[in-house]
Amino acid sequence: MSMSSQTMIILTLVLPLVAAVLIVLADKKPNLREAITLITASCVAVLVFNLFLRVNAGETPTLDLFEVIPGIRVNFSIEPLGMLFALVAGTLWLVTSIYAIGYMRGHQEKNQTRFYAAFAIAISSALAAAFSANMFTLFLCYEILTISTYPLVTHSGSAEARRSGRIYLGILLGTSIGFQLLAILITWSVAGTLDFKHGGILEGKLDPAYAGMLYALFIFGIGKAAVMPFHKWLPAAMVAPTPVSALLHAVAVVKAGVFTILKVTLYIFGSDFITSSGASDWLIWFAATTVLLGSFIAMTKDNLKARLAYSTVSQLSYIVLGALIATEMSLIGASMHIAMHAFAKITLFFAAGAILVAAHKTDISQMHGLGRRMPLTFVAFTIASLSIIGLPPFGGMWSKWYLALGTVDAEQWLLLGVFMISSLLNIAYLLPIAVRGFFSKPAQGESLNDIHEASSPILLAMGFTTLMCVVLFFYPDPFYDLASLAVKGN
Amino acid sequence: MIEAHLSLLLVVLPLLAAPVIAILPNGRLPWAVSTLVSFAVFAMACLQLINVSTGNVISYELGGWAPPWGIEYRIDAANALVALIVAAIAAVTLPYALYSVEKEIPQKQLSLFYSAFMLCLTGLLGITQTGDIFNLFVFLEISSLSTYALISLGSKRQALTAAYQYLIMGTIGATFFLIGVGLLYAMTGTLNMLDLAERLPALTEHRTVQTGFAFIMVGFALKLALFPLHLWLPNAYTYAPSVITVFLAATATKVAVYVMLRVMFSVFGFSFIEGSPTDEIFLLLCVAGILLMSFYAIYQQDSKRLLAYSSVAQIGYMMLGLGFGSVLGVTATLVHLFNHALMKGALFMAIGAIIYRIGSSNIDTMAGLGKRMPWTFAAIIIGGLSLIGVPGTAGFISKWYLVLAAMEQQNWLIIGVILIGSLLAVIYVWKLIEALYFKPANETAHANVNEAPLMLLIPTWILVIANIYFGLNTELTVGTAEQAVKLLLPSAY
Repeated sequence: MSMSSQTMIILTLVLPLVAAVLIVLADKKPNLREAITLITASCVAVLVFNLFLRVNAGETPTLDLFEVIPGIRVNFSIEPLGMLFALVAGTLWLVTSIYAIGYMRGHQEKNQTRFYAAFAIAISSALAAAFSANMFTLFLCYEILTISTYPLVTHSGSAEARRSGRIYLGILLGTSIGFQLLAILITWSVAGTLDFKHGGILEGKLDPAYAGMLYALFIFGIGKAAVMPFHKWLPAAMVAPTPVSALLHAVAVVKAGVFTILKVTLYIFGSDFITSSGASDWLIWFAATTVLLGSFIAMTKDNLKARLAYSTVSQLSYIVLGALIATEMSLIGASMHIAMHAFAKITLFFAAGAILVAAHKTDISQMHGLGRRMPLTFVAFTIASLSIIGLPPFGGMWSKWYLALGTVDAEQWLLLGVFMISSLLNIAYLLPIAVRGFFSKPAQGESLNDIHEASSPILLAMGFTTLMCVVLFFYPDPFYDLASLAVKGN
Repeated sequence: MIEAHLSLLLVVLPLLAAPVIAILPNGRLPWAVSTLVSFAVFAMACLQLINVSTGNVISYELGGWAPPWGIEYRIDAANALVALIVAAIAAVTLPYALYSVEKEIPQKQLSLFYSAFMLCLTGLLGITQTGDIFNLFVFLEISSLSTYALISLGSKRQALTAAYQYLIMGTIGATFFLIGVGLLYAMTGTLNMLDLAERLPALTEHRTVQTGFAFIMVGFALKLALFPLHLWLPNAYTYAPSVITVFLAATATKVAVYVMLRVMFSVFGFSFIEGSPTDEIFLLLCVAGILLMSFYAIYQQDSKRLLAYSSVAQIGYMMLGLGFGSVLGVTATLVHLFNHALMKGALFMAIGAIIYRIGSSNIDTMAGLGKRMPWTFAAIIIGGLSLIGVPGTAGFISKWYLVLAAMEQQNWLIIGVILIGSLLAVIYVWKLIEALYFKPANETAHANVNEAPLMLLIPTWILVIANIYFGLNTELTVGTAEQAVKLLLPSAY
């Protein structure tokens, strides 16, 4: 294809928006509506993959749109880290769309048109966030992402959904306006620019004594990264239909959060400035606490999606911790974890949704013996669990490996301990689900004979992401290359 | 030829139209004439802004009498921008008015209604155009008196009380202003603002001048509903006809803020303000106003009243910029003046469209209508996001400059207040959105409610799109505001 990079960026961002409009127009024709989603998602996947090839070849595709305030522009520039995030979000949209068709129809959800339209807008804004060339553009996309996912969280319209919607919006908008905007304004008034630059824009301009405060405003202001105590929105968001939890609240939205933190670390502060100013010294403990507490709370949850949500809270802070340690290895590990965790966690959610659709069960305590009726689903669940835990031969091992190496480099032995303990906790809260499914007997008087595997779109999507968990162990190169390019700079 | 008289024509055209409209037969003709006039005025306001946008000043002598003896109209970027806001809002409100007014106002009063509307427009434009402080008072009275009449036309009986309340408060305000002007005249012997600005610096230590200043400030604080002098505003906005609420919310308070700006910086000058406690008092009142009024807004059961309290809080934002007395601060004030007109205009129009369908602005009564009126609902969402200050909307630009201005002064308390104000806005905006979308609709009463007619939707959406456009392109707003500030605060450059 000889399309210019600019055209490709425009198409990647605009196609989902056009699709959103077409989806609304095709309201009464579900097959046409879903065809629009699938075709657009395929196009976006192809475009993103082509952009990836170019970035991998050393190109930096850019698109300059317009000036908003003198000195602040809306423009896009794809550097390796953004490409990594876009590659994950872009390809998984297609997979999730296939899954969603099986799920939404199997579950007979209402308002499906709104669902697919909001989904498309959310993906467009996540990709735009990935491509952002400056902090203003990123912030703009970050907020659009928050707002476009609100109707997805409150999809059912029940009292619980409304309450969750309030928590979702309250925390995400609250932190982003209260802290993040303030941090951006301080950065602007100190540095006079918001452009992302490898090595940062603050060194030499910001008094190192204030670096810790500003960094904290960013870390807590990026509520999507769910660092405690601003994590409550994520479990609340689980009230949404499972495809939303799978793609948005395990991949696009939460990863947009940690991605933003990595961007701020690498391109606003610069990892050298973080370590030399000691900006992250005390923030590390918030992230470490989140890693452990998230895992502990996950153990107490009987509802499968709630358990996975707290697992995500914990895993996100792996990435935050990697950013805060700010050594080369930890940053590479953090960047890779965006991808590795995405494929594993989306598989877990796919499985949770399959169990809900096929067996109408939400609680782990009801899942005795279910594995024998739904073996594919439970195999997928087991493989993804092992990847999250970080065992070979699954992709999750690599990111954990580099994160651990990072703590060794920084001689943060306590943090190494945190990672190890958390891995043990992962085993404790994930594996019993699979064990229960395969080995324990159903409760007395309960017959599982009517339960079968979920429909084929669901299995297809789940199969693909499970396969990726394995493939990424043997072939993590694309993500490793992007991560190390981003961290080391050109 | 006409271009030379543009600044006068802008005021004279609606003034002449008013009596003509008053004698037209009731029907659609008065509406058609006033709409045409408003379009013409809008075109002229655009031209005028283009003429001064490069930083030059137009001086127009009324009747050929040279200032300071004759009345002078003096146009720079600041008043051209405010005149444009007034003219633009009039030009989108009037097309919207046709259906809404027919529904809310008795047929036999239509021509008088549009006639009063034209007078109100004249008054507001006159205030922005004139360079003579007594002439300003005259236009203030023209706009105020017509406003009282327009509010009293509201369909509920409470409209009469609201109008009466505003009449009393407004008259006190105008009287204070007149006393202030009188004191200044006694000391300087001139009413021309430019002339005043030349003579006042020598007299700043004089008690009479200081008293005059205080009277003017309090008088206009009443007109612009600065907390705690805002008591007239919630009732007036709630009970006025929908169209009048849109027009007043988007223009009247903005013009009053402009007068503050003009008097403080052009007439008295930066050094006088710095030497007086004005800025500190303003900051204190603004902070209290933003927080308290936002809380009040959260607890309202009527959507118009909710937005009215939000307006009082937003006026706090505008006056904050004045209180800073810095280049960035005044830029923020002017930018927010413009942007707030857009967001409140859009929101009140959308609420007006719902009132057009169901006859009530009560939040509970409106429940569940979001699905029946999706375009109106979408307008409320985008207007609300702009009010909150989400990036990509005009409200964000205002907030950006306000926080930068506060940061420049290292005033972290005020930064906190601005941001908390935004969060409170999230709460009251979402109260509206949740009610409209999630609560079950009243099936018996609203079974036949559908989307508002295009005549209401198109003006609403013009403002909604403007909210997004001016959130992404600030060449007009920030550019003009920066030009204006150069002239208002020459000493700061």
